[in-house]
Amino acid sequence: MEKEEVKKKIYELVEKSTGKKKLKSSDIQKTISAEAGISRDEVKDALRDLIDEGKLIYTYFGGSFVEIPPK
Amino acid sequence: MPKKYETPLLDELEKGPFPSFVTEIKKAAARSDMAADELGQLEKSYRDKRGYWKHGGIVGVRGYGSGVIGRYSSLPDEFPNVANFHTVRINSISGFFYTSKFLNEMCDIWDKYGSGLTNLHGSTGDLVLLGTNTENLEPIFAEFSSRGWDLGGSGSALRTPSCCVGPARCEWANIDTLDITYSITQEWQDEMHRPAFPYKFKFKTAGCAVDCIASIARADCSIIGTWKGNIAVDQAEVANYAKKGMNIQEEIVNMCPSKCMSYDGKELKINDADCIRCMHCIAKMTKALKPTGEKGATILIGSKAPFVIGATLSWVIVPFIKMEPPYDEFKDLIRKMWEFWDEYGKNRERIGELIIRKGMREFLEFIGVEPQPQQIKEPRRDPFFFWTEADLQK
Ligand code: HEM
Ligand code: HEM
Ligand code: SF4
Ligand code: SF4
Repeated sequence: MEKEEVKKKIYELVEKSTGKKKLKSSDIQKTISAEAGISRDEVKDALRDLIDEGKLIYTYFGGSFVEIPPK
Repeated sequence: MPKKYETPLLDELEKGPFPSFVTEIKKAAARSDMAADELGQLEKSYRDKRGYWKHGGIVGVRGYGSGVIGRYSSLPDEFPNVANFHTVRINSISGFFYTSKFLNEMCDIWDKYGSGLTNLHGSTGDLVLLGTNTENLEPIFAEFSSRGWDLGGSGSALRTPSCCVGPARCEWANIDTLDITYSITQEWQDEMHRPAFPYKFKFKTAGCAVDCIASIARADCSIIGTWKGNIAVDQAEVANYAKKGMNIQEEIVNMCPSKCMSYDGKELKINDADCIRCMHCIAKMTKALKPTGEKGATILIGSKAPFVIGATLSWVIVPFIKMEPPYDEFKDLIRKMWEFWDEYGKNRERIGELIIRKGMREFLEFIGVEPQPQQIKEPRRDPFFFWTEADLQK
């Protein structure tokens, strides 16, 4: 699977759970790798891009989560 | 000129023989608006008997999920200069060896962008800069990273590893604590800056069981230097200690935790097979006793402060492992442990708590380490050694 596609999937997953459940990095890795049938390292790599581009950010609420930055 | 607050309650903490954090904050408050408001808010906390800090939220520098801890005042109108008062963690250097040039630069940067208050070092081992606002985070990071420094760990991530001074200054070091810490730090940059664990994970490395870095109480993984051979005894030096007034029977033999020493007034004997390498005798009679043979480390897991369960000390998982660069065997073992934690750990559950919940038996099976007597943490615990059907057929 193309990395751009993985990134899109990750972003959609985070978007979908916004306001419902905060996702941890490991939740994202587990969900996407199972759904897309790819390795967790590939998911991690795509997630790293999204964070470096500022499309997603880490937040902290008693534990570390991945979220969409506030507008 | 920063605002001056009356602080009758905090002033009490300047009395007595110990250094006072209040005195230090006051010094900073004379020059810094942030430090002044910090003092004001703290006095109010003491008066009202409650804390006014909020914590968490969105803080960090681009690309990093840790290293900055968000602090916000819940009284921003009353104390506007600490409305944001974030903590910045700088990855400390192995063994805490700084040049005075760096310390001067660090203080200048921090006077410019922060409260001027620092903490060398926090419990985790970071160089901690206390209190700055959100806008200053990127400039601070740029100042430090351009000088070759990086942020430390925070959140559900690998925390900044730390170690004792080890072979740099100490003849008792059985392992190169400084190099191990550096190697761990480089190997696991992602784990440190991109939080993906169920909760925090700390490494601390001590060169010997004297454990000057308190790894046994403060690290999810304690790496403690040890040796395989016997303790070489120089009987002439033993006699010297006796001559100088050391009561060898009382101070050494009776205090050996495994009761494996004897002394007849002339000769000190050690039954090395029973020695647990606690360092007591060697630390007391350095000139007379010396470890010999292969050097390596004991790997222990699980110490932590109270949270889900009470405080725990680390316990032995691997009694002896060689610790030589590039430390592949050690690193592979740690990766297996993280896999176990990732698979079964609940949110905010430390690895030690998980092992207690799931049992040592499952943990050892998962990481592929054989059960060994040294792993028994205390008598009368649920046994974790079970023969499987396959074992019984052997
Ligand atoms: C000469 C005969 C025996 C000797 C010297 C002996 C010695 C011991 C010792 C030293 C312990 C450990 C105590 C401790 O951990 O504090 C023990 C435990 C035990 N022994 Fe014996 N024992 C003998 C016979 C027996 C017999 C005949 C039985 C049963 C029919 C038995 C049942 C047990 C049990 C159940 C325990 C475990 C107790 C516990 O964990 O609370 N023993 N024995
Ligand atoms: C109806 C009969 C029995 C019942 C209900 C019973 C029940 C129990 C219970 C509840 C324990 C404590 C388990 C634990 O600490 O978690 C125990 C321990 C023990 N029982 Fe029994 N028991 C029975 C018969 C026997 C017999 C006949 C023997 C020996 C001939 C025996 C030997 C032991 C031993 C050695 C222990 C201690 C095990 C240890 O400390 O590790 N029991 N039993
Ligand atoms: S822990 Fe041991 S090796 Fe490290 S500084 Fe202390 S005495 Fe020396
Ligand atoms: S190192 Fe500790 S256990 Fe070993 S002989 Fe010395 S005092 Fe005893």
